[in-house]
Amino acid sequence: MRYIPHTAGDVAQMLGRVGVDTLEQLFVEVPEAVRLKRPLDLPEPVSEIELLREFKGLAEKNATVETYKSFLGGGAYHHFIPAVIDQLISRSEFYTAYTPYQPEISQGTLQAIFEFQTLICQLTGMDVANASMYDGASASAEAVLMAVRLTRRKRVLLSRALNPRYRATVATYCKYLGLELVEVAVGDDGRTDSADLAEKLDDKTAAVVLGYPNYFGVIEDVAAAAELTHQHGARLVTAVSEPVALGLLKSPGELGADIVAGDGQSFGLPLSFGGPYLGFFAVLQKDVRSMPGRLVGETTDLDGQRGFVLTLATREQHIRREKATSNICSNQGLCALMVTIFLSLLGKQGLREMAEQNLSKAAYARQQFASLKNFSIAFAGPSFNEFVVRSKPPVAEVLVGLEQAGILGGLSLADDYPELADCFLVCVTEQNQREEIDALVAALQGGAA
Amino acid sequence: MTIIGTSGLVLNEKLLFEHSAPGRKGYSLPKLDVPKTELAAELCREEISGFPELSEVDVVRHFTRLSTWNYGVDSGFYPLGSCTMKYNPKVNEVVARLPGLADIHPATPAHLTQGMLGLMYRLQESLAEISGFAKVTLQPAAGAQGEMTGMLVIRAWHEARGSKRTKVLIPATAHGTNPASAALAGYDVVPISSDGVLTLEEVEAHMNDDVAALMVTNPNTLGLFETNIEAICKLVHERGGLVYCDGANLNALMGIARPGDMGLDVMHFNLHKTFSTPHGGGGPGSGPVGVTAALAPYLPGPGVECDGKSYRLESVNESSIGRMMAFHGNVGIMVRAYAYIRSMGPTGLKHATEMAVLNANYVRARLEGVYDLPYKNRSLHEVVFSDKDLEGGCHTLDLAKRLIDYGYHPPTIYFPLVVKGAIMIEPTETESQEVLDEFCDAMIAIAGEARDNPELLHDAPIRSKVRRLDETAAARKPKLKWEEVG
Repeated sequence: MRYIPHTAGDVAQMLGRVGVDTLEQLFVEVPEAVRLKRPLDLPEPVSEIELLREFKGLAEKNATVETYKSFLGGGAYHHFIPAVIDQLISRSEFYTAYTPYQPEISQGTLQAIFEFQTLICQLTGMDVANASMYDGASASAEAVLMAVRLTRRKRVLLSRALNPRYRATVATYCKYLGLELVEVAVGDDGRTDSADLAEKLDDKTAAVVLGYPNYFGVIEDVAAAAELTHQHGARLVTAVSEPVALGLLKSPGELGADIVAGDGQSFGLPLSFGGPYLGFFAVLQKDVRSMPGRLVGETTDLDGQRGFVLTLATREQHIRREKATSNICSNQGLCALMVTIFLSLLGKQGLREMAEQNLSKAAYARQQFASLKNFSIAFAGPSFNEFVVRSKPPVAEVLVGLEQAGILGGLSLADDYPELADCFLVCVTEQNQREEIDALVAALQGGAA
Repeated sequence: MTIIGTSGLVLNEKLLFEHSAPGRKGYSLPKLDVPKTELAAELCREEISGFPELSEVDVVRHFTRLSTWNYGVDSGFYPLGSCTMKYNPKVNEVVARLPGLADIHPATPAHLTQGMLGLMYRLQESLAEISGFAKVTLQPAAGAQGEMTGMLVIRAWHEARGSKRTKVLIPATAHGTNPASAALAGYDVVPISSDGVLTLEEVEAHMNDDVAALMVTNPNTLGLFETNIEAICKLVHERGGLVYCDGANLNALMGIARPGDMGLDVMHFNLHKTFSTPHGGGGPGSGPVGVTAALAPYLPGPGVECDGKSYRLESVNESSIGRMMAFHGNVGIMVRAYAYIRSMGPTGLKHATEMAVLNANYVRARLEGVYDLPYKNRSLHEVVFSDKDLEGGCHTLDLAKRLIDYGYHPPTIYFPLVVKGAIMIEPTETESQEVLDEFCDAMIAIAGEARDNPELLHDAPIRSKVRRLDETAAARKPKLKWEEVG
C-alpha cells in the first residue's frame, strides 16, 4: 500500500521493540467476543489508474452547471471562481494543517483568518466576525441560540420568506430546548409582512430572523424590521445566503441587525452538490463573549513582533464543556481561506461590479419573463439576482421541458410553499450570458413547457 | 542526531489591507451584455470602506508567503493526538475536483445526479459495514455536529417512547464537544470519573431512570480500549438508556472490531481523521453518523436511498429529527473519503489500523522510562504521557515548544484532563520507523535538555517565524480585526 511505509522487516523489528510476537497481540485488550472474525465486506482495492477511471465514470453521470444552462439558486449559486483560489489552497502547508493550536507554526492560517474576520466585518457592517461556521443554515441556527442566550427569552420569529432549509435547520437545533418558533407571514410584495411581524412581536421574543435578500430573492426592509424588533428588546438576525448582494446593498449592520449569519459559498466555492460551504457569523462588540465559534486575535511575541493567536477560548467547548456557547470545534477553515482569497482578488470594485452584473442580468431576465403570455412575476418587491415566476402550465412539466432543452430552469416552490405550487424560483448570475437567458425565454415561449 | 528544524529565508508579509492601493485590480469580468439596471438609491451602500484593492500578483504572493509560515502533514510529522493526522492522498484531491463531481448544484434533480448519489450511497454502505451499524447519515458537517445529531436521535427515540429522561453520563476523559453536544439536545450532563478505562461499577452507580444515555469514546482519549464496553452497554440498555460512541478514534479498530457489534447504539465518524481527508487548517471535516436499526427512523434527512435500479434523495419522514444543514453535508469531503476506501479496500483498511497501533506502541516502547506513563494498559492508536518526570522546572508546554525547534508539530497537550500535563501522541500509520525514531530521539534529547539546560525549553521556539505569543494580552484587550489607523 503506497500510503503505508512499513516493510515486513520494519514490522518485525518494531514488534520486537514493543515486546510482542504478532500484530494480533497488540489488540489483546479487545475482547474476543467483539472481534470481527471475517474480513470487511468491501470491494477489493483499486490502483490509481482504476480509481481515476471509476470516479470519471461516476462524474459523467451527473448534470453540472457547465453541461447545462443553469438558473438554479435557492441558497447555492453558480458564480465565477478565479483560478488563483485553487492554486493557492493547494499549497499543502494550508490544507494539510489542522486547527492552529500551536500559533508559532500556524501564523499563515491565523493571519488569513484574521483577514477573513476583517473582510466579513467590512462586508456585513458588524463589529466582530468569527473564524467560520458550517454553512448558512447552521450559522442561522447558532444565531437564534445566541439571541436566546442574550435575552433569556424563548420565543423566536422566523419569516416565512426565510430559506425553508434554514428554517428547518433552526427547528432541528431548537428541537429540545423548549423554544417556541413562530412563523411570520409574507406580504403580497414578497417581503416579510410588517403588520404580521408587529402583531407577533412581544416582550417574550428573543429574535426575529429575516433573509436578506430572502428566499424569493426579494430585498427585505431590514431597517423597519430592526426598529420593530428593538422596540420589544428582541434581536434582529439577518441570514444572508447570497452575499454577492452585499456588494451593492446596504450592509445589515448599517440597517440595525444585531447578528448576521450567512453562507459564503458564492465567494469562490464550487457548488459541490451542497458542500463544503462556509457559514459566516458576525455580531456587535458588546455581544462578543456570547458568540459561538473560534476567534483569532492580534498580539505580539516575545520580541515584540506582530502575531496572531486563537483567543477568547473560554467561550468554547474544550474549556467550558456543557456551558460553552456552542459545540463547534472543526469549522470550515479552508473554505474561509477560499473566501478570503476571492474577496482579496475582487476587492472594492470587483465585488460591486459583480453584484451589478447579477442585478442587471436578473432584471433583464425578469423583464423577459414578464412579457411571456403564460408566465408572470409573482412578487413586485425589489429583487437582486433571484425572482419567483408564476406559471400557468404546471411547474413540474415546465421544468422537465426545459431540462430536455439542456436548461436547469429553476427551483419548484411546491414542496416548501404549497400556496406557491404554481411558482418557481429563477436565479441569474454573471455566469449566465444574455444568449442563455434568451434561450430560456425562447424555450418557454416555444412551449418547451 | 540530525535536527531537521532549521531556518530558511522566511519572508515577512503585511496584512492584505496594508498592501491596498486605490484603483488596483485583481479580477476581470466580461463586459455587461444586457442593459445596466440601477437599484433604488435608498437600498444601496456606499463603497465598502477598507476593502482591499490588490493586483493578482499581490494576492498570490501574499498567500504563498503566509503558507510558508504553516506546518502541515506534508511538512513533517504531526502527532496531534485524537486528530489522526495521517497523510492526505493527492489523487483524492484530483477526483474531488472533477467537474462532474464539483460543479453539481445541490438542487439538480436525482435522475441527473445518479453518479454522485451512487457514490454517496456506496459511502453510506461502506461506513455501515466498517462500523457494524444498520444505517448511516452523511449529513453532519463535522464530528461535533455528528455528536449533536446522535444525541438528538437518542432524544427523539426516548420521546417516541414517552420517556422524559433528562441526563447524560459523560466520562471525564471525553472531548469537550461531548458535553456541549449533549447540552444542545437539552440534556443535563453528569460527569463520571474514569481511571483509565470505564468500570461497570462506575456506570452502575450513576445509572438510573433519569439517564437517557451514556457517551463513551472507544478507544478512549488515553488510547485504551474500553474493555468493559459490552457489559456496560448491556447494563445501560437494561435500565432503559442508550450508549453513544464518539468515533474520533476509529482508526484503531478498522477490520479488528466494530462498534455496532459491541452494543453501542450510535456513533459518529470523522472522515477527516480516519478516512484521510485533509484537515484544511481547521476544517471542513465531515461527521457521518451510524445507528442501529431501532434508531434509523430518527436520522436527519434527506438521505440517499436505492431501489436496486436508481438512487434518490429520500425526503425527511415524520419521525426524523429534521435537517442539520442547508443541503446534503460536506459532499466534497465525502468524495475524498470514498476514494480512500476504494484505494485501501478491506485488507488495506485493516492494515492501516494495525500499523497505526504498531506505531503508537513503538513510540511508547521507546519513550517509556524517559517520560512518565500514567496508564499501563496496552495502547491502541495513541499513547498519553505526563510531564511528571520532566526536570528543570519544565512543563508540557515547554516540551511542545522545543519540539517545534526540532522540526515537529507538537502532540496534543494538556488533554485528556485526567492526566496532569498530558502529552498525547498519535503517530498514525503513514509514518515510517525512521520518522518515529527521529522523533523519539528528539523527545529523549529534550528530556536531557530539560535536565541540563532548561533555558532551551523555556525560550523555545527560536526557529519559528514568531516566538512565543502573548495570549493573555490577546484575550484581555481583544483585537479581532484590522482597522484603518486615524
